[in-house]
Amino acid sequence: MHEMSITRTLLETVRQEMEKADIKTLRSVRIRVGELTAVEPEALRFCFEASVKGTPFEGASLEIEEPPLKGGCLTCGLVFGTTLFERTCPGCGDSSVEIAGGNELDIVSMEGV
Amino acid sequence: MHEILIEEKILARNDEIAAQNRKALSERGVYAINIVSAPGAGKTSLIEKMAAELKALGMGFAVVEGDLEGDLDSKRIERHGIPALQITTGRACHLDAHQVSHSLPWVFEQSGIELLVIENVGNMVCPAEYDLGEEMTVMVMSAAEGDDKPLKYPAIFSASEALVINKTDLAPHTDFDIGKARLNALKVNPNLKIFETSCRTGAGIGEWARYLAGVVRHDK
Ligand SMILES: Nc1nc2c(ncn2[C@@H]2O[C@H](COP(=O)(O)OP(=O)(O)O)[C@@H](O)[C@H]2O)c(=O)[nH]1
Ligand SMILES: [Mg+2]
Ligand SMILES: [Zn+2]
Repeated sequence: MHEMSITRTLLETVRQEMEKADIKTLRSVRIRVGELTAVEPEALRFCFEASVKGTPFEGASLEIEEPPLKGGCLTCGLVFGTTLFERTCPGCGDSSVEIAGGNELDIVSMEGV
Repeated sequence: MHEILIEEKILARNDEIAAQNRKALSERGVYAINIVSAPGAGKTSLIEKMAAELKALGMGFAVVEGDLEGDLDSKRIERHGIPALQITTGRACHLDAHQVSHSLPWVFEQSGIELLVIENVGNMVCPAEYDLGEEMTVMVMSAAEGDDKPLKYPAIFSASEALVINKTDLAPHTDFDIGKARLNALKVNPNLKIFETSCRTGAGIGEWARYLAGVVRHDK
C-alpha cells in the first residue's frame, strides 16, 4: 500500500519544516489529494494516525482537500467540472479537452506552536 | 500558533530523483520505459517476446526487474541473452526513483544499450504516483481482466503513453470485448497508443516492437 510510503514522505517534509521554523508541537497538516490520484484519503488518514502515535506529531490532525476532476478546453480555455471523462467542452462543444485538475497530491500548509 | 505555507508536491523528492535519472539516461543515450500492470498480465512474457524482435532491429536493451521478492523474472529474461538486474522491493508495492537510481551504474556498464526496460511491481494502483525517470509508461492489460479496467483504475491509464492489450488469444473464450476496452482506455486518456498482442501466438509483438524501436531512435 503506497499510502504508507506517502505518509512517511509527508512526515519527513513536516519534520524539516518544523525544524526550520522552530516549532515544537504540530497541530495540523493540510494536504490536497485530487480525485484522479491513486491515493485513498481514508487509507491515508489511517496511515497518518498510525504513524504519529508515540511521536512528536501525536495529536496532530490531518486535513484533506479533495479537488474534483476538471477538464480544460484547449480551444476556448474554459475550465469545467467533469465526470466519467466527458471530453466535450460545455462552452464551445470542442473535444480538445485535457485534464486541468484532480491530479493534485500536494502538501499545502501546517500549523504548530 | 504558527501557520506555515508549504505548497509543494508530497512526492517532490521522488520527482527530483526521477529528473536526475532522466538526465543521466539521456546523457548516455538510453531511452527508458516503465512497464506497469496488474500481477500476471504478461509484462515479463512481453519483454521475453520483444527480445528477438529488437535483436533483429539491432537494438540493444537491458532490463531492470522490480519484484516483491525473488529473482525468477530476471532469470527468465537472461535466458534470452538480455542483461537483467533484479530489484527486490520487499514490502513496497511499487518501484521508486531512488531504487532505480541505484540500478543506473549497472545499466551504464552494459555495452551497446539504447533502451532500458523497467518492469514495475505488478500493481494497478501504486506505480501511478511514482515517476522513475522513464520517457514512456507502458500499461499492460490482459484479455483475462475486465474491459472496464480503465474506468476502475483511471490514474494509471491516465499516466501511461502506451497500452498493450495482451493475451488476445484468450479473448474468444472470455466476455472481454477488445473494442470496449479500447474505447474505455481512450475515454480516460485520448492520447494513448494502443497495441494488441498475444505472447502465446506471437500476434502483434512485431508491430509493438517496431513502434517502440521507432520512438527510441526518433527520440535521439
Ligand atoms: N494465454 C496467454 N497467456 C499468457 C500470455 N502472456 C502471458 N501469459 C501467461 O500469463 C502468466 C503471467 O505472465 P507473466 O509474463 O509472468 O506476467 P507478469 O506478472 O505481468 O510479468 C504466465 O503463465 C504466462 O505464460 C498471452 O498472451 N496469452
Ligand atoms: Mg513479471
Ligand atoms: Zn471550449
